Amino acid sequence: MKNRREFLKTAGATAVGVSALSGSAFAIGEYFISSKETKPHAEEKTATRWGMVINTKKLNEEVIHEITTACHTKHNVPDCMTFAEPKDPKRKKHHEIKWIWEEHYHNAFAPDVVEYLSKKLEHTPFLVLCNQCQNPPCVQACPTKATFKRPDGIVLMDFHRCIGCRFCMAACPYGSRSFNFQDPRNGLPDRLPTNPAFPTRMKGVVEKCNFCAERLAIGKKPYCEEVSKGAIITGDLGDEHSEIRKLLEENNAITRKSSLGTGPSVFYLV
Amino acid sequence: MLEKALNGGKSYWLWLAGLSAVIGLAFLVYMKQWTFGLGITGMHRDFTWGFYIAQFTFLVGVAAGGVMLVLPYYLHDYKAFGRITILGEFLAIGAVTMCLLFIVADMGQPTRAMNVIINATPYSMLFWDAFVLNGYLALNLIIGWKLLEAERNGVDAPKWVKPLIYLSIPWAFGIHTVTAFLYSGLPGRGFWLTAVLAPRFLASAFAAGPSFLMLLCFLVRRFTNFDPGEKAMKTLMKIITYALIANIFFFACEIFTAYYSQIPEHMAHINYLFGLGDHGHGVLVGWMWTSMALMIGAIILLVQPKIRNNEKYMPFLCLMVFFGTWIDKGMGMMAGGFVPSPLHHYNEYVPTAPELVITVGIWCVGFAVITVLYKIAVSIKEEIKA
Repeated sequence: MKNRREFLKTAGATAVGVSALSGSAFAIGEYFISSKETKPHAEEKTATRWGMVINTKKLNEEVIHEITTACHTKHNVPDCMTFAEPKDPKRKKHHEIKWIWEEHYHNAFAPDVVEYLSKKLEHTPFLVLCNQCQNPPCVQACPTKATFKRPDGIVLMDFHRCIGCRFCMAACPYGSRSFNFQDPRNGLPDRLPTNPAFPTRMKGVVEKCNFCAERLAIGKKPYCEEVSKGAIITGDLGDEHSEIRKLLEENNAITRKSSLGTGPSVFYLV
Repeated sequence: MLEKALNGGKSYWLWLAGLSAVIGLAFLVYMKQWTFGLGITGMHRDFTWGFYIAQFTFLVGVAAGGVMLVLPYYLHDYKAFGRITILGEFLAIGAVTMCLLFIVADMGQPTRAMNVIINATPYSMLFWDAFVLNGYLALNLIIGWKLLEAERNGVDAPKWVKPLIYLSIPWAFGIHTVTAFLYSGLPGRGFWLTAVLAPRFLASAFAAGPSFLMLLCFLVRRFTNFDPGEKAMKTLMKIITYALIANIFFFACEIFTAYYSQIPEHMAHINYLFGLGDHGHGVLVGWMWTSMALMIGAIILLVQPKIRNNEKYMPFLCLMVFFGTWIDKGMGMMAGGFVPSPLHHYNEYVPTAPELVITVGIWCVGFAVITVLYKIAVSIKEEIKA
């Protein structure tokens, strides 16, 4: 414990020292990328609001499978169906963790669903994930600041500070958060992380999509975008000349529950 | 004064031993939750607060209900409550103790509880809830103790107690208002997102708290020589009647707003609770209608002075109010908020056996605290009389 604290302290000091030259060190709890390794994405250096466009026209079962698998394996998200306890598959599902997953239009956009929807949209699979809200209700609810919003707009979690009160889960109007009802390693093969470079969580804490903050810190784009075959594009919504803003200017996009004023940063082209 | 808790009769010790046995069993089950996690409960991704938080919400009300004795006595000089305000204060201590234990039982990482203080976050309602609940506990401990001590010694309580008593009155309203704010400030939860939630919480609290207190008064009268007084009990029944009517009135306001506006997001939760509509779910339907029947039935009986003032009926009426409001503000409040989910899935919740055992264990802790405190209070009152 002491080692880790000192390590982080040194790392923090180093980060301050060299941040003028390169990127800052990146640390969330025990997960740490030193300032030497961080080479933020050009966009990350100036980003004020990371956002995502999901082009639903390019989504199909195969792409969705690629995306969810990539995200969940790289982030050590357990497979609830492999939990030894509870025995009943329906109750195993109760302990499900998901960062990005498929939903039907009627669920993804409830309650603002449109009648007489085109056949295509009716059957289009939608991907849902944390919306990285501009005005996140989860951050407001969290009593320990374990959930917080970074200056680049990403809503992150410190798994070591979370007390597991689940107030954020009640607050999130998108159902984007999951709780570790048991040790998540129970649902990983041989109880080992599928990606040793990323931390596994412990039981009793909440988690959600982190917009691959650990990737942005080393100049890479999120995993989901990488395997999406063009269906997912991320970028800085705060920069009016960014590719993502151009995309939104030229196409019709919708967001989930925009009337709530949360300011979702995930847009859907339909 | 603590010594009074140590010289009780056989039934006193048997009762405490019984409670301890249940608490011990519940603690063992809690150890299972400690090692495995909250997965031993029936909660899930779409239903993240269950039986524990249901009890918590209800018991904050019971704790706040004590103010229905303190307020008339101290602000209106209503003398009949003088003898039993101490019972209200000690009930509040027992209830808040249970509240805090239910919060701890519900935490995924209970060892990090102090993070709420270390990383104090004033824009989180949970921070304020922790603050007001602990404050209320401290206030009632100090006030109750000092008043009883003064009574025993036949002197006036120290002067500084008076301001604390006055502070405890708005504080009681505060604990339940903040508890309602935990729910009513969340976007996308149609059932909770209503300004009338805090008033409704208070109304049901002022019915549930005094009815619990009435039941305790009957027990005290039966097992000791202390008589809470007929006048006080009749007045309490009157308070329960008005509060219960207010609770049902506020609920009727909810019903009107939801169904007259016909906004699906607001109707869906009430439809789910009461088994209306064609969603095909409803584990709580029987409970919810029972709750309504108990509360409305109690109102019909309570408004008749002959029934309300008849001591033979009082315990039954109080049981009706207690269980009616317990379902309404306990599981009803949880299930209504979480089902359907924000993505409009109907994922229901049923508590598991371990969850129920832990819950009963915490109730037993509350009963043990109340028993010991009441034993002290009543012994001292008997001592003065003799």
